[in-house]
Parts: sequence; C-alpha cells; structure tokens
Amino acid sequence: MSFLKSTLRNRSFMIGASFAALFIGAALLSYLWTPFDVTKLDIPHKLRKPNAVHWFGTDHFGRDIFSMIMVGARTSIAVAVVAVGIGIILGVPLGLTAAARKDSLLDEVIMRTNDLVFAFPALLIAIMITAVFGPSAINAIIAIGIFNIPVFARMTRGAALSLWTRDFVLSARVAGKTAPRISIEHILPNILNLLIVQGSIQFSLGILAEAGLSYVGLGAQPPLPSWGRMLAESQTMISFAPHLAIFPGIAIVFTVLGLNLMGDGLRDLLDPRLRQARK
Amino acid sequence: MKHFKLRLAIASALAITASLVYAETTDITVGVTLEPPHLDPTGAAAGAIDSVVYANVFEGLTRFAADGSILPALAESWTVSDDGLVYTFSLHSGVKFHDGSSMDSGDVKFSLDRARADDSTNAQKALFSGIDTVEALDSTTVRVTLSAPNGAFIFNMAWGDAVIVAEETIADAKTNPVGTGPFVFTNWVQGDSITITKNTDYWGTPARLNSATFKFISDPTAAFAALMAEDVDAFPIYPAPENLPQFKADSRFQVLIGSTEGETILSTNNKMPPFDNVKVREAMSHAIDRQAIIDGAMFGLGTPIGTHFAPHNPDYVDLTGQSNYDPALAISMLADAGYPDGFKTTLKLPPPSYARRGGEIIAAQLREVGIDVEISNLEWAQWLEQVFRGYDFGLTIVSHTEPMDIGIYARPEYYFQYDSADFQQLMVDLNAATDPDARSTILKAAQQMISDDYVNGYLFQLASATVANANIVGLWHNAPTQATDLTAVYWND
Repeated sequence: MSFLKSTLRNRSFMIGASFAALFIGAALLSYLWTPFDVTKLDIPHKLRKPNAVHWFGTDHFGRDIFSMIMVGARTSIAVAVVAVGIGIILGVPLGLTAAARKDSLLDEVIMRTNDLVFAFPALLIAIMITAVFGPSAINAIIAIGIFNIPVFARMTRGAALSLWTRDFVLSARVAGKTAPRISIEHILPNILNLLIVQGSIQFSLGILAEAGLSYVGLGAQPPLPSWGRMLAESQTMISFAPHLAIFPGIAIVFTVLGLNLMGDGLRDLLDPRLRQARK
Repeated sequence: MKHFKLRLAIASALAITASLVYAETTDITVGVTLEPPHLDPTGAAAGAIDSVVYANVFEGLTRFAADGSILPALAESWTVSDDGLVYTFSLHSGVKFHDGSSMDSGDVKFSLDRARADDSTNAQKALFSGIDTVEALDSTTVRVTLSAPNGAFIFNMAWGDAVIVAEETIADAKTNPVGTGPFVFTNWVQGDSITITKNTDYWGTPARLNSATFKFISDPTAAFAALMAEDVDAFPIYPAPENLPQFKADSRFQVLIGSTEGETILSTNNKMPPFDNVKVREAMSHAIDRQAIIDGAMFGLGTPIGTHFAPHNPDYVDLTGQSNYDPALAISMLADAGYPDGFKTTLKLPPPSYARRGGEIIAAQLREVGIDVEISNLEWAQWLEQVFRGYDFGLTIVSHTEPMDIGIYARPEYYFQYDSADFQQLMVDLNAATDPDARSTILKAAQQMISDDYVNGYLFQLASATVANANIVGLWHNAPTQATDLTAVYWND
C-alpha cells in the first residue's frame, strides 16, 4: 500500500510514465486505427499547415503527419524493445557467468570482449552492419542490440560480484548449490530492480539511436514511417514548412524525456535504501 | 593619413593593382554538388569533371553553346567532302597550352588517336569509333577520314570527352590539367574546392573573371544556407527544387530555369522476370502518374516524356499518350500477362532527391496496382556496383544526362539490358546517315521503337535550376551538356 502511495507521490515517475504511456498507447492504437493511411500519397494536398482535418498538417507527399507520428512510434518502440531485449537476454547471462567465475580466464574473455564492443559507438556498429547487409529496420535492431549487450553485462557483473560475498550466498554455497543455480535463484532476483531501471534508460537510448540511424538513412526504409527519417526529409523545407520538423522532433524529445524520467523515478522507488529513508 | 596612402601607393605597384581589383568584383564562387574524382575529362565518365573543366580549362575542336547548338572552338572552320567521309579542320593559329607550349595539329592527332586507341580509358569511345585515320597536314590543318559517313561527327567532337590535350602533360592531367581554355587550373583542396584563374595568354576572347572557385556542397540544406549567406555566388543544377520559391522572392537572387539533357527514367531490368515480358512493362507504364511525380518529387519542375529523348530537341516525338496513367488498365494488363495478384520486386535508389522522392511516389503508385515494391536507398558507389555493373536490380530511377544518348539502347550489355536487333540496326543506319531529314526520320523511329517496347518507364526531363546572385550575367540557363561555362560570365555592378 505504501509502495503504491510513494509511486503516486513520485513526480518524475508519474510524468515520465504518462509520456511513455501516451506514446506506447499511440503505437498500439496505430495497429487498429490512424486518421489517414500513411502509405497513401495525396500530392495535391501536400505541405498543408496543421488544421482541423490534418491535426499536424501534411508532409511533402500529402501524407498525414499525425498518422505518421503514430505509426513511427510503433517503429521506434519495436526497435527499442527488441534491441533492449537482445541486450538483456545476452548481456545478463554473460555478466552472471563472469561474476560467478570471477578472475578466471572466462571472466577475462567475456569482459574484454565486452570492452571491445563497448569501444565502438553504436552508430559505427550500425554503419558497419548496414554496409554489409544493407539498410533495414532489422539491421538497426541488431546494431542497437549489440551495443546493449556490454551495458547489461557490465552492470550485471558489478552488481552480482557484491552479492557473491553476502552471507545468504555463502550459505547457499555451503548447502551445495552450484554456481549457475545460485546465479539464477539468488543473484538474479536481487538485481532485478537494477535491470528494470537500466532497461528503461536503455529503452530511451534505443529510441534515440533508432531516430539517429533512420536520420542518416540506415534505419527503417520507406514507406514505413520513422521519426528520424521524417526529420531528415524535412530539412530543406524547414524554412517554409516548419511543422514537418517540429512534430517528429517533439515526439522524439518527449518520448526520450519521458522514459528517462520514468527510469529515474523507478530507481528511487526500487532502491531499498532510498525506500527506507522515505519511511 | 592621406600622406600615408600616397606613400604606400608609390611604394607598391601591387597596392595599386589591388585597389583596382576592389573597384569591381572579378571573382566568383560556384557551388557544385559532386566533387570530381579527378580532372581528366578524357579519362572518366564522371560528369563532375566536366562541370569544372569543360570550356573553362579544356577545349575541343568544337563546343556546345548555351542553347545546345555547336560552335567552332579550336577549329576555326572545317570542310566536309561530298561523300561525307573526309573532314578537314583548319585550326586557330597561335593557340597555347597553359604550360606555354603551342597547340597544333600534332596535338589534335594525338588526342583523337589516344581517345580511340584499344587501350583508351575514354568513357565515350563510341564518339571516336568511326574515325579511320587522323592526319596532320600542316601545323594548323588536320584531316580526319571516317570509315563510314557520320552525320553526328561535328557534334561528337564538342563533347567533354573529345577535348584536345597535349602528349607532354596528359599523364598528370588527373591532378594538374593543362588545357587551352580561358582559365588555368590553380588549386584543388580535396574535399573542399577547386580554383581556376584567368589565362592572360588566351588565344580567343579573354574571360572577364579573374578567378573562380568551385565549392563542393553535396547536402541540399548546406547548399541553401551557403547561398543565403552569400558564401557561394551561383549554384548551377541546384539540388532542392522546394527552395526555389524562396530564392525567387528574394531580390538578391536570380533563378534561371532551363532544360537539361537528363531523361529521368524508371530503368527496368529487361532480362529479369517478370520484366522480360513486354506486357508486364506495358502494364507498369500505365500505373505511373508522371504529373504526380513531377509535382511531388520536383515541386512542379520538369517536362513529362514518353520516350528516351529530350523534348527541346526538334526531332522529339511526344509519346506520353502511349503510356498514359490508367491504373485500371494496368491491373487488367497485369492479369493478362499472368500476374493477377501482382508480384514483388526491388527498387534501388541512388542519392539524388529526384530518385529518392520519385521512388517513394512510384512505389506507392505501383502498390495501387498490386506490385509490391521494396525500396532500398543506396549511395552512388553501391548503386554503380549493384545496379549499373552488377545488374542486381528489378527497378531503379536515374537521370541520363548525356546529350543524344538514345544510342545506349543499342548496347545489350548496358545495365537495363535491352537487346533488340531491330533497334541496333536503326542505330547503324543513323550513324551512316548524313542527310538531316533522313537522320530525323530514323531518330523518330528509334523513339517510337523503345516506347513500343516499353523498355523503361519514361518519367520526365530533368529541369535545370540555377540560383545565382542577381548581379551575375552570362550563366547558362540550359544544360545541353554537363558544364559550368564561365567564359562569358561577369558581374554587373
């Protein structure tokens, strides 16, 4: 009960979560309904300013920008979810293994490989992948996903190492549990809150990365709308049709801001020490 | 203060010259979208080379004028024998290359023999293929004998690929071009700009500008900003048609709209099923709404075409009616051809906005008749590799900017792979014909044939838009060849 109350009282979580809910809701709704068909071009009605019919106006092909933002949210969220998923599914087991075999050769190999991947910016990895396999949303997901693996692996290893010295883990070892079992049954549940917080932050970075990749033409390919490409295409028209850039720009800013605020709020709520202090 | 000025003027002749220079503007900065790979126009197909050096640094026997007509250049005059085989050129005397050596008949013989040699890397070897012998009769007379009459020979000699070069300097022409033109190559800052300066020793009418800088700006947004900030004075073939109304409304600028030789086409892989079926290609041509593409991709700039020929050419035949926009007809024709549910194909697009935007519109139009088009955006290098050389494409969009290039349809290995013996015969006949009427008839038949075969989707003739400072006089309106001819350009202030 007190958890719910403190949740409702945590302002940054509530603001962040409502932004995030708004965009996730828009993305889900776009599967059922959008005001206009985003693949249908209507060139005679191009570059209309925002009005009662086209709430956010139309782009240079006469497509409805509001509908494109809705469907674009779908692209962003799908890319970010899968990319964070890749990061968690591969990164967390790697981190747990490294922590369980601390200072062994395996630990070294895992962590140095992670360092290597981490040393490359996500954009560079993406350009490398798309140069080989061609640009597409799938390749953007893979690129952002690969970038997420070391983030989760490092965090998991660090958190797990401090748990391995705790008494409850020692007693589990005395009881004869194997390292993999301890990792799953005792370590993992205790670092879950950290994973949730990191996940929400990586999620917002994933959305930003997707926008960046499609801005340079390496993300989702037309006709699938994406916020980054909408921004790129609006560049030469910004002086006479600013709404082309403003709306996708706002969408990116608010989603990323919302997810970051939500992550901050979650950290406060899930951290036992902070929770203790509030009581 | 006055005293100081006086002393300075006496002390330095340079200062006097400098103050004179400030009296009127004699330099220009020209924006170009692509940086040339090198500067030898006889060694590569890249139009970016010609847009810097053509007419400015290098000259041929003849040259293109702004309206596309052919003018004498290094050749003062010429005579043609009655059988159309022997061309005798009489060259201007006293012409010097920029290194000070004189240009004579020996250089002409060298240039033409080099271009048509077996090991020649000239991108347009076909221009020279009809030449049998080149003889230097005396220092200013050259006799060219053809193996068969060629009515287009004088026209061919005006191309940037046919400029006259010197044997002594051609080896370094890629980085240090030495020509005979009114401008001398001065400096090339890789990735930034190329500077040329006035040739004070020019044989003909000297240039009025003292120097010109070509600045490479590939990004349309940066091009817009550079013009607005007056960092560049002129931008021929301006890349973003959507910005033209703003320039027109601004009294600082003039916008010159003209035609180009750029037939923008939906190139179709004629060897790849289902496009090897003419019925499919015909159906597709009816699914395309040209006006929507011109309005949507080019903001209204461009002329619809129905065949691979420039509409401003007197021999042009308007065949757009043969592939009129009729999606219902397209659907029924696709069904007749055996594709009632359409099919899936790829559309590979190079970087220019006519291709990227046009591609999205065409993909939407083809989707309406059931053809599922998967777009992939490629950089130029990838496009050349996969599409132009690799034949790995279903559809692509590109503008063919060479003048009078209908002859590419006679080359079965050319990337869209149209292989028609009838058409190839037509081009043989065309090259043999010297009579203007006969040539005109053959050219019209050729346009009709490729339109009847629906080889490619014929979209529109690319318009040329030049944005320039309102005080600049003498820039080309049209683009009959890839060139930025600055020989007659001056500032009107």
